[in-house]
Amino acid sequence: MIQELDPRMSRRKDLLDIESLTRDELLFLLDTARPFKELFTRSVKKVPALRGKTVLNLFFEPSTRTRASFEIAAKRLSADVTNLSIAQSSVVKGESILDTIETMQSMKVDYMVVRHSASGVPAFVAKHTPAAVINAGDGHHAHPTQALLDTFTMQEAVGDLRGRKVLIVGDILHSRVCRSVSTAAHKLGMEVGVFAPATLIPNGRPDYMKVFTDFGAALAWQPDFVYLLRLQLERQAAHFFPSLREYHNIFGLTRERFQICSDQGMYIMHPGPVNRGVELVDEVLTYARCLINQQVENGIAARMAVLYWLQPATTVLPMEEDAIA
Amino acid sequence: MTPDDQVTLLSAGDITNKLERMTAQIHEAHPDDPLACVGIHTRGAILSQRVHALLSSKRDKVEHGTLDIALYRDDLDNLGTIPMIKGSDIPFQVEGAHIVLFDDVLFTGRTIRAALDELMDYGRPAKIELAVLIDRGHRELPIAPDYLGQRIETARAAHIRVCFQEIDGRDGVFLREGESLP
Repeated sequence: MIQELDPRMSRRKDLLDIESLTRDELLFLLDTARPFKELFTRSVKKVPALRGKTVLNLFFEPSTRTRASFEIAAKRLSADVTNLSIAQSSVVKGESILDTIETMQSMKVDYMVVRHSASGVPAFVAKHTPAAVINAGDGHHAHPTQALLDTFTMQEAVGDLRGRKVLIVGDILHSRVCRSVSTAAHKLGMEVGVFAPATLIPNGRPDYMKVFTDFGAALAWQPDFVYLLRLQLERQAAHFFPSLREYHNIFGLTRERFQICSDQGMYIMHPGPVNRGVELVDEVLTYARCLINQQVENGIAARMAVLYWLQPATTVLPMEEDAIA
Repeated sequence: MTPDDQVTLLSAGDITNKLERMTAQIHEAHPDDPLACVGIHTRGAILSQRVHALLSSKRDKVEHGTLDIALYRDDLDNLGTIPMIKGSDIPFQVEGAHIVLFDDVLFTGRTIRAALDELMDYGRPAKIELAVLIDRGHRELPIAPDYLGQRIETARAAHIRVCFQEIDGRDGVFLREGESLP
């Protein structure tokens, strides 16, 4: 435990974004993720906390990593997992989201993990189901479990995050990852800087966000972490920047910029999957302070902490104080 | 100093005596076995640390570990607030080990059931025994202590408070009668 916390935490039904979490809840989830990670070294990696519960992965947008991460997290808590992705679902046959939720509800699902290309769908689902809902990424809005695993990974690297600096580089405008990570970092007392093409910096950004227009100046700010966002290649078609090569030269971690990062001992992060030669040069991936693989591993622990903490309305009984002894 | 509604069941001196006797019994029952003490968070862990220290002065290497049973509880669904997980620390081979499991108070037996299940997930021990400072009755599962400090008849609603120097600033066991007596 890095900061002193209450040993008990009240629970919520859903995790929809980082904004609605208190700082204590954020710290509780990070502290809870740590012992879950220790489980991975045991011979039996499963614990019975969610035995008999059903987790539905409801993905309206393609994803392999996040879905697999949620699936492993749920299975290590002994839950049963069902995956439903758009390609196989009846949504393509014209069923509405509400109908899909109702169908799933009649199957008595306890947790729903929802990803959708439109912002607000997980919140809409949460309103219409007693199941606990976890937002696994919605439009440009939020990706709260990504922010949890990222700040957890940062904590592992440096301990207390208060006063530390993170520089987020890339498509700030369209990035739900950036929105959630910067909010979490700010709540945990970090300084947040962003560097992006001027066309990809949103107008309505929060005041604490320091904007850089030059990579050299951004690195001279001496961030502890350089967080490279994934470039959504399909965005190029919308002419936010001229070419991939130019993006790399101006906004990518080139060999020269990487040299500065490694000389200063900065940590490098990326939510994956990496576009080699676009956001970063290959050498970064073998750098000792590149945390990309840790981020993937920590994703499971962070998601286990969330599943452990949330409480579906289906199972809420009259509250009894800690009867076990 | 205790508030009026509290009855002192064991003093600091009583606790020391009980632990010394418990240590002697464990030592006697296992003259040659490789032993491991495992305490259940939080006060069971302190109990097991103390007995472990006493045992270590009598014999060669005794292993020590702690268990956090939060993820093995049978009532997680119903809890409006959930406990912070401290994590278990079992730094020895459970396979084939002779384990003495420690908890401060034995009540319904559900905590011990959870602890047994968790230990089994680390391996197959040769034997598990149970040591508790207080047995207050009201068992809901067929579980009994092998080493016992003190058995106390209690009302189901009564509260037993075990205090240890390490976290509470003093040693002692106190009883407060609950609202509803059976």
